[in-house]
Amino acid sequence: MRIAVIRYNAGNIQSVSYALERLGASFEVTSDPEKIQTADKVIFPGVGEASTTMRFLQEKGLNHLIMSLQQPVLGVCLGMQLLCRFSEENDTTCLGVFPVDVRKFGLNDNLKVPHMGWNSLDKISGWLPAAIQGKFTYFVHSFYVPVNAWTVAETQYGIPFSAAMRKDNFFAVQFHPEKSAQTGEKILQAFLNV
Amino acid sequence: MLTKRIIPCLDIKDGRTVKGINFISLRDAGDPVELAAAYAEQGADELVFLDITATTEDRKTFAKLVKEIAQHVNIPFTVGGGISSVADVGPLLEAGADKVSINSAAVRQPQLIDELAKAFGTQCIVLAVDARKVNNSWMVHTHGGSRPTELKLFSWAREGQNRGAGEILFTSMDHDGTKSGFAIDPLQKLNELLTIPVIASGGAGNAMHFAEAFILGKCDGALAASVFHFGEIKIPELKTYLRAANIPIR
Repeated sequence: MRIAVIRYNAGNIQSVSYALERLGASFEVTSDPEKIQTADKVIFPGVGEASTTMRFLQEKGLNHLIMSLQQPVLGVCLGMQLLCRFSEENDTTCLGVFPVDVRKFGLNDNLKVPHMGWNSLDKISGWLPAAIQGKFTYFVHSFYVPVNAWTVAETQYGIPFSAAMRKDNFFAVQFHPEKSAQTGEKILQAFLNV
Repeated sequence: MLTKRIIPCLDIKDGRTVKGINFISLRDAGDPVELAAAYAEQGADELVFLDITATTEDRKTFAKLVKEIAQHVNIPFTVGGGISSVADVGPLLEAGADKVSINSAAVRQPQLIDELAKAFGTQCIVLAVDARKVNNSWMVHTHGGSRPTELKLFSWAREGQNRGAGEILFTSMDHDGTKSGFAIDPLQKLNELLTIPVIASGGAGNAMHFAEAFILGKCDGALAASVFHFGEIKIPELKTYLRAANIPIR
């Protein structure tokens, strides 16, 4: 199996690579459309800012490519948010795979933003292993995807939000599985197994 | 529910772990990669590595170490020590660090916080603040606590947040190395004042001190070094204790 990890301007791509190495998976970090197109699986990682990253994807011609991929694609953190329709982060039009909008966590309900740290996963369904119900993963984000028809795991931070989603061949997680100890490894492995 | 973070801190000199007691004397406490992996295994929520030598030459060695840590450790970690420019940070994040902490350089040129936040995102910028009480005011000190400044802890922390820091790591120099508990009053005040997470540092001596920092100090994470390195506090036991005290813990 050949996995392509999409390389882009910002983002801690290394962590995802190291996590895949620890799982013994073979992968390539690339922004080459040809290599992404022909990979068996694609990981779209992310730490960074939405509008800058969208601009980078557009310049590289990767925006249409990602939307048209037929193989399993996993969006991580910003990668998940960019798969949505629109983000309140600098009013950015995103890829639109998931027809939902990304919101900013409210500053008025005594919540610290970014939502940073280990939080629990609830209402697990779909492609996620049932064993991770109630387990903790590591989150770092200021924007969130509300619970929607494609949510397969929820997390509570003031309100419930989408911790993971799936629509057709598009998989997505808000947390960082590559930084979430054994629980994260189980989730990455589940994606490698789909 | 978002849990409180337990954060072992590893001071690094020449590729080895050391811990300054009251910021002065140093004790060797082992191999950083091995220690880090052991902490991750034991349930540490995050790690901090401070390069206390931090000359330009050493930074390359440190970046190599950061890479090695990132390859072997499956939890998030922050690196810091001597970071003074956007150019310093890129290689550390590329090597696999999740966050960087800045301290003296931010005091010297506060604009650095804005620049780093803009270049890498606020979530990966930790503003470390060392302070001690001077004439009844918490005053910021730099250079490992050796130089007093005119800055007050609370206004500096707020300025840091406004400029784009994603987290404040507050060390009470008065408590550091004493094992008499964290500085609860300033923690409370920081947590009331700020909308970003606050990490408590300095003073951990037993499990109850962590409970106090979370319940009374209302901090989001608590950091300690020697008590972990020398096994005086074991993370699994600490977490069991905190859970029993109804503190949200992973």
